[in-house]
Amino acid sequence: MEILVLLGIPLLGGAMLALLGNRRWAPELGVAMSLVTFLAAAALTARVIRDGPLMTFEAQFFIDSFNVVLVALTAFVAFTTALFARPYMRIEAERGRLTAGALRLYHAMFQVFTFTMLLALTTNNMGILWVAMEAATLSTVLLVSLYRTPESIEAAWKYFILCSVGISQALFGTILLYFAAEKVLGTGGTALLWTDLNLVKSQLEPTVMSLAFVFLLVGYGTKVGLVPVHNWLPDAHAEGPTPISAVLSGLLLNVALYAVVRCKVLTDGALGTGFAGNLMMGFGLLSVVVAAFLLSRQRDIKRMFAYSSIEHMGITTFAFGMGGVAANFGALLHMTMHSLTKSAIFFAVGHATQKSGTQIMDDIRGLIRTNPTIGWGLMLGAIAILGIPPFGVFASEFIILTTAMREQPWATPFLLIGLGVAFAAIFGKVQPMVFGETTLPRLPHPPALIPVFVHLALVLMMGIFIPPYLAAWYRQAAALIG
Amino acid sequence: MTLGAQLINVLAAVMLLIAFAMLSQRRILSLIELFAWQGVVLAASTFIVAYTTGQGHLYVSGILTVALKVVALPWILYRLIHRLNIRWDVETLINIPATMLIGIALVIFAFNLAQPISQMASTITRATLGIAMACVLLSFLMMITRRKAVPVVIGFLAMENGLFFAATSATYGMPMVVEFGIALDVLVGGFIFGIFFFQVRETFDSLDTRHMEKLRED
Repeated sequence: MEILVLLGIPLLGGAMLALLGNRRWAPELGVAMSLVTFLAAAALTARVIRDGPLMTFEAQFFIDSFNVVLVALTAFVAFTTALFARPYMRIEAERGRLTAGALRLYHAMFQVFTFTMLLALTTNNMGILWVAMEAATLSTVLLVSLYRTPESIEAAWKYFILCSVGISQALFGTILLYFAAEKVLGTGGTALLWTDLNLVKSQLEPTVMSLAFVFLLVGYGTKVGLVPVHNWLPDAHAEGPTPISAVLSGLLLNVALYAVVRCKVLTDGALGTGFAGNLMMGFGLLSVVVAAFLLSRQRDIKRMFAYSSIEHMGITTFAFGMGGVAANFGALLHMTMHSLTKSAIFFAVGHATQKSGTQIMDDIRGLIRTNPTIGWGLMLGAIAILGIPPFGVFASEFIILTTAMREQPWATPFLLIGLGVAFAAIFGKVQPMVFGETTLPRLPHPPALIPVFVHLALVLMMGIFIPPYLAAWYRQAAALIG
Repeated sequence: MTLGAQLINVLAAVMLLIAFAMLSQRRILSLIELFAWQGVVLAASTFIVAYTTGQGHLYVSGILTVALKVVALPWILYRLIHRLNIRWDVETLINIPATMLIGIALVIFAFNLAQPISQMASTITRATLGIAMACVLLSFLMMITRRKAVPVVIGFLAMENGLFFAATSATYGMPMVVEFGIALDVLVGGFIFGIFFFQVRETFDSLDTRHMEKLRED
């Protein structure tokens, strides 16, 4: 029942907003839809915590404590993003950067995008997972090119082509997975159901599974933004409208990584070796180091934080690759913390660029003088994402680092170099933007910063005190992944 | 070998031939025609597999292929190039003979990669898995070597054809609900490509991807 609401409302919202999207109250309708989706997700979460894993609609949907974490997170961030986008997109439209048609497209596609992510998370069918991931790309392509500037068109083209090619690799991986599965489970609908596969994973053909995992990792890894298939990510983040940057970074990357982890569980079971984990650790570390060095050379603020997303997804991928309850716990926590913090940062950055009229960091100065809330939001967000205690990112990075020292000591220097370089770069660039001198007037509209501070408060709380039921929930999910 | 298996092998060979023909084709209209023919071959082989093995759902999959890849997508592409008034010859980054040589190397690589898997397959079509993989790689090569946006997209769609061929030859096709989902994605993707061509043209006055190399890493 909750699943029906959870998936039905965003789909309905998309259809309604496609028809009514140019009414004056369309943004409010979008917010209401996102709120209902979030409430459904909360109800679903409560139910899964109370009754354990849930399977419905002839086993086509499967919710356990692993994906319910992400369902709740996705619905929550989608809701706060809708709250942020209401005034943000209005200001963009008033400034003539967006036409009424573009606004309608945005509001409708945002709902569809939420739907595809939630479908990818809740489905039990590895084929539908693929379909939903591809649909998530399709629903955001036209949003990346929403401003119709040459740069945004180029970014959308790259995003479309790279992600489509990547996802085609994942389709081939899925075909191979089905090929291995139908030998054990027989042909028909059940051979792609994750729960069925999980039961027989030790009987799946190892050679086919290892080849399948390589394709799946490269395919879904393109959407995670792993180096060397990350090129679309900074462009799409920098050139698209800010609410889209926030959900791409905060949610889509997580969903893609979720798909990789589901595949890893099956591959580990079939191979009985660390093959899948080693691959993930390798890609993860490469992403951390490369992203950190590229990050320090950026001039555009949204590009810089996009590279920071690659870095953090690298850390998470590495942690999932290490495996074991402690590392998985850290990875799940890091996923959550990164989503909340990065979307908060993009909200603050959105208003900062609106105020300064540019995304070039050298021209953004003195935020705290004219709009103190934007300045503080950006500063606290940057401090949080850099992993300074007492914020939650520190807790998750600490768990991942200490586990790495114990289990994969060779990897720790790379992680530390990445974190150190990113720290120096981001802190050095954010500080003058917040505290420097400025002659620009303050933003004429009240910015929507409640979501920023709500997110940061949550991250702070998780850093100081993780409520016991939440910790138990995470631990359960971490044990499940193995 | 039964008649059905022989026919499928012939069709697989035609499929590979079409993939090479697309790689060497300079005219955009012929490229679209070749793409439609590839759809025909794919559908025909799907129907033959369905008939010889009695897999009912493959008939549906074949009908989907005809509707989507023989009729709908070529029609969309055809209308697009008329509306955009582009009938120029296709520009390539590498000259055609060199591309063909790389293509041959890719085919050998694909056959080697597919060997261990096709030995495990119990389907009558297992010999064609290597060809399916070769088609995927050749379409990929076409995407890389073409400069204009429309051939890149045709390359992408041809890659999807190769993947479908791989699915039918290795496993008698995916479960129905997945095939419908994939078909829907491909169709929506085709429409979005269409809208996108207009945006690109409007912004750059051309569909040359060279205009879209401004954003850099640093």
